[in-house]
Amino acid sequence: MGGSETVLLDFWPSMFGMRVRIALAEKGVEYEYKEQDLANKSSLLLEMNPIHKKIPVLIHNGKPVLESGIIVQYIDETWKDKSPLMPSDPYVRAQARFWADYVDKKVYDASKKIWMLKGEEQETAKKEFIEILKVLEGQIGEKPYFMGESFGYADIALVPFYCWFYTYETLGNFSIEKECPKLIAWAKRCMQKDSVSKTLPDSHKLYEAFLEMKKKFGL
Amino acid sequence: MAKRGEIKLLGTAASPYVNRVQFVLNLKSIEYEFIEENLACKSELLLTSNPVYKKIPVLFHANKPPICESLVIIEYLDEFQPDVHRILPSVPVDRADNRFWANYVDNKYFPLYEELRQTPGKEDKEAIKKQIIEGSVLLEEAFEKFSNGKAYFGGDDLGYLDVVLGCFIAWIEFSSKRNEFNAFDEVKTPKLAKWAERIRSHESLKGAIPGNETLMNFYLMLQIHKPPRAT
Repeated sequence: MGGSETVLLDFWPSMFGMRVRIALAEKGVEYEYKEQDLANKSSLLLEMNPIHKKIPVLIHNGKPVLESGIIVQYIDETWKDKSPLMPSDPYVRAQARFWADYVDKKVYDASKKIWMLKGEEQETAKKEFIEILKVLEGQIGEKPYFMGESFGYADIALVPFYCWFYTYETLGNFSIEKECPKLIAWAKRCMQKDSVSKTLPDSHKLYEAFLEMKKKFGL
Repeated sequence: MAKRGEIKLLGTAASPYVNRVQFVLNLKSIEYEFIEENLACKSELLLTSNPVYKKIPVLFHANKPPICESLVIIEYLDEFQPDVHRILPSVPVDRADNRFWANYVDNKYFPLYEELRQTPGKEDKEAIKKQIIEGSVLLEEAFEKFSNGKAYFGGDDLGYLDVVLGCFIAWIEFSSKRNEFNAFDEVKTPKLAKWAERIRSHESLKGAIPGNETLMNFYLMLQIHKPPRAT
């Protein structure tokens, strides 16, 4: 299929955008990537996502698909002949959705507190964040991936946060690998896949960019 | 078809998230056992079956580990029994559109009602009521798009969004009365107002819609356990 039929509006440091990029790579879909300036939102972004005005937005055959988790499921349902991202059993599929939803509800907000807060509050934020990662680590257990032998939806939901760990660790002065070694082992396993390693930006580059954004937006 | 005793639903009649699952079970003619939970004093069953959130609804299917989160549960039921009253459409872009609005209802729209309950002060309450009406207007536009002139979001019959938004009707009306406004205003959201009446009177749903006494008891419990913020 030609690249112009599929367009992704995205912002390179966004973990949510990375989910979509990983899914598209898993399926071998050609698409046009359009980097968005979130400080100066394009008319295309505002037209395609008028309610939330957020990235990522996948535009396929002229229609917008919104919300990263929804987009990944759409990609899996549309390009179904290659690399299934959802388990085939409805029960296991429900568990994959539950864990991806857990990542959505917990990880981002907890991570934000680490770089926004200082002192005692930051210590509490770090503890909360590690607890959340430990729950996820416990869920993966001894399996190679969240739901078993195959990389899929729940792994895609969480793995983009891995490239942000260096930023959290530096700003929070702690080591995630020390607290959650099995989670890091899982992340490194995911990074052996091209779809992940070619999507996730370099951690240090991300950290530098984050400091720039922090300065620019006075975060 | 699920055999009698195969499906159990842990919940409370006043919870719209539980009602949502009950709607789907009823529409699919799935027999189930309802296990009443006391949220003021959570049971061992709840704490062990949903250790992550400790929330209802929780679905038990035969001897499989429990399934939690109402939207996850209803997709599971739809996939487990697709041949009786299909809930989600089959076309990927329509599924994505439906899921987007479910996300909006759960993450943006309905939380406003809880915010309204917890917010003290007349002026602040008025500001939230305004946001609720703006949200209702967006839902009215969504209804127009999805229903395409028919009676429900799902068209001729109930679909995903009828269940996802319809489960909140009782609470929306309760909150509207208490706060002296009309969330589904007949002028601004005429189609939604009529749709709400259809939901209330639908054969498959009305048995699962809580009455005023149930809502009031739950509301009083919330006022004690999650009291409104101080001024």
